[in-house]
Amino acid sequence: MTFQEIKLYQTGTFVVGNRLLDPQQRSVQARTGRSNSLTSGHRACQGCGEALGARYVLDAAMRATDGRLVAVNSTGCLEVFSTPYPESSWQLPWLHSLFGNGPAVASGVAAALRASGRDDIRVIGQAGDGGTVDIGFGTLSGMFERNDDVLFVCYDNEGYMNTGVQRSGATPPGAATNTTKVLGHHPGNAFGQGKSVPLIAMAHEIPYVATATVAELRDLEHKVEKAMTFRGARYLHVFVPCPLGWGAASADTIKLARLAKETGIFPVFEAEGGQVTEVSRIRRQVPVEDYLRPQRRYAHLFGDNPRPDVVARIQAGADRNIARFGLLPEGDA
Amino acid sequence: MDKPFAITLDVGSSRANKTGSWRTERAVYIDRLSPCSDGCPAGEDVQGWLYEAEEGGDGYERAWRRIMEDNPFPAVMGRVCYHPCETACNRAQLDEAVGINSVERFVGDEAIRRGWQVSVPVPSSGTRVLVVGAGPSGLSAAYHLALRGHAVTIKEAGPMAGGMMRFGIPRYRLPRDVLDAEVQRILDLGVTLELDTKVTDLDAVRGDYDAVFLAVGAQLGKRAYIPAGSAAHVLDAVEMLRDLEAGEKPLLGRRVAVYGGGNTAMDAARSARRLGASEAVVVYRRTRDRMPAHPSEVAEAEDEGVLFSWLTTIKQVDSGRLVVERMELDDDGFPRPTGELDELEADSLVLALGQDTDLSLLDGVPGLVVEDGVVAVGPDLMTGCPGVFAGGDMVPHERSVTVAIGHGKRAARHIDAWLSGAAPEPVVRPELATFDTLNTWYYSDAPRAHRPLLERARRESTFDEVVLGHDESTALLEARRCMSCGSCFGCDNCYGVCPDNAVIKLDRPGRAAYLIDLDYCKGCGLCVAECPSGAISMVPEKI
Repeated sequence: MTFQEIKLYQTGTFVVGNRLLDPQQRSVQARTGRSNSLTSGHRACQGCGEALGARYVLDAAMRATDGRLVAVNSTGCLEVFSTPYPESSWQLPWLHSLFGNGPAVASGVAAALRASGRDDIRVIGQAGDGGTVDIGFGTLSGMFERNDDVLFVCYDNEGYMNTGVQRSGATPPGAATNTTKVLGHHPGNAFGQGKSVPLIAMAHEIPYVATATVAELRDLEHKVEKAMTFRGARYLHVFVPCPLGWGAASADTIKLARLAKETGIFPVFEAEGGQVTEVSRIRRQVPVEDYLRPQRRYAHLFGDNPRPDVVARIQAGADRNIARFGLLPEGDA
Repeated sequence: MDKPFAITLDVGSSRANKTGSWRTERAVYIDRLSPCSDGCPAGEDVQGWLYEAEEGGDGYERAWRRIMEDNPFPAVMGRVCYHPCETACNRAQLDEAVGINSVERFVGDEAIRRGWQVSVPVPSSGTRVLVVGAGPSGLSAAYHLALRGHAVTIKEAGPMAGGMMRFGIPRYRLPRDVLDAEVQRILDLGVTLELDTKVTDLDAVRGDYDAVFLAVGAQLGKRAYIPAGSAAHVLDAVEMLRDLEAGEKPLLGRRVAVYGGGNTAMDAARSARRLGASEAVVVYRRTRDRMPAHPSEVAEAEDEGVLFSWLTTIKQVDSGRLVVERMELDDDGFPRPTGELDELEADSLVLALGQDTDLSLLDGVPGLVVEDGVVAVGPDLMTGCPGVFAGGDMVPHERSVTVAIGHGKRAARHIDAWLSGAAPEPVVRPELATFDTLNTWYYSDAPRAHRPLLERARRESTFDEVVLGHDESTALLEARRCMSCGSCFGCDNCYGVCPDNAVIKLDRPGRAAYLIDLDYCKGCGLCVAECPSGAISMVPEKI
């Protein structure tokens, strides 16, 4: 972690705020003056990780840019639940065009601002994993390649949830969706498919790439703030559990995000110019089973016909992440 | 059509959409009872005063005042209490219990150092209450009665106030300046203390008062019949400790045996070492794990070179030696003689076999019942004689300073109610904040700070205080290890984790810092799941 850890204050780095801390040290989300970029009344499901993640990211970006911020949104849950005409939950300038062109529109907004001499106004592009990993991928890669001055944020809930839970390129192996049903010898999503856009973004050698989860607010806010110190293309991939699509309790959203990181399933790291610079280490390591069991999309791995072989393959994937990024707690590595 | 875009309806905020209507359960802020407060025999709101102490600075005085609402002896407690709060502490299941006792001592010592005082907040009630005995129970009752405006007179048989805190607990555990300061604070409330005034006939004096609280304690050392030679030197532990306090040095010899396994036995053996005995042996008929003495006392005694002879009873005492018998435990854990005899060299034998109460003053008090050597009382601590209450070691209960102080408080509450003819305010006990109600992920990894001990050489030869106090920064750190089980401590998690911005932060000091905005709360339960201290609960919505 590159940000200042909070020590010796009863609850440390992980809570949102802390009455014992100097107000200047508190997170953006702990402040009564936070911008609430995504305000109440939106139609996201109970316990929506994406709604939470979007507010975390945009409030931090609003603070970092002093409110001079434009958001461009691809089609997806985030767009649908926030803007049923004529209502809007957005409390910042916000544009929506199509599913596949979010990054291109964001590039265009950045270019228009540059042309009009407004380099004080920053641009964020945002989409779910469908609009990033699959449908918007070509325009995103172009945005990276041109090094356009946009922070693109992917809220990854591992599937097309808005249209009824279909598989995306970010759906993990073994997970059941409506297009990867629990059928045959290899139930759920196939192993060895899909892609890691954070690693692809790093291959573009853009100035800044980071991953984060909704379970580590300070880490997330720090990364948004840091991304805003760079000019050029930046990419932030935020892990946001989906109670609907994952078949999880609405109260478990943050717990699942925490477990994804603590199991090694979702590596949390930062990279600059294509090189990993920091990783968020595991604090209390747990087996992947702890993460899988509370989710109905993995129920077929347990139940009456358990598939320990599939669980073992998922564990092997997590172990590979741990080795690859050096995620074990300090001293254990 | 004067719209900013190609639209036909006015732009509106989604706040018009009251998503609270989706809800089937709502989040409610609650206070659960922390295990430490639940376990405190003196009824302290432990979690409550730690919350204040966590803030440091002015928080220490607020913490002290919170303790003083229940217990007038914070500095004494921070030394001699066997801290059942720490035994109950949820943090023990995470790493190690919070050092509550050490923080209480720090706060209590700060109060003495800075001269913090309490005052009587109500006008005089005009009623007179007699307290018999100036031990922890009597002083505690006097304190709480005085705070309620009653005129209190304490009649004490001994030459000084404090009871067993002075004449039972040695100085190396409780320095007398600390005790004196806390006793004086009670007397400063206007409590009358009559020393060297033994009440021998309660019935004769009780008519002068509206109510009586009896707290004469248990100072008579229990005797066991042990055949003894004429030159055998046998003492009683209670008497020995009392003499020591009065300035007399008991003649113990070089090798001292102490018979018994309670805290008094530890006090006697450790005092004997300090008085110059090269060998102090505790003789106990059962095993170490069955000793009634507190483990910390046993460990400190061992550290000071006190020896232990487990599973041993004394058959005979002669000059310079004891005849002892080996015991074994039967299946029920009771010691059983084996017939195997042995000898133990000892110049003197100190008996620490428990204490009895001198109840002769109660003769002739109508209705008052004595059973098994103690006074029978109801849940309100009233004896069979209306208006006469009793507490501390003389009633049937576990005996400790903290229990006695708790009795004093409870008796004062019931005496006050009895005097006014009203039922006492009921004590509300919310559900317990068990470990599974917490989300411990959020607490910092913070190992416990243990109090330093006096170096061994000085422990073996002086009565200087053994357990030293924490400095301010260590005490603060230890206070902040508290997880505030069951109560909000203002971490902002609920405010942050709500995907619907349905938690309103009031930004005002103290508790109740947040409100649920029921217009928008969808009832997802995230705030409940992520509350570190279990201070939010989901309740079904009435539909």
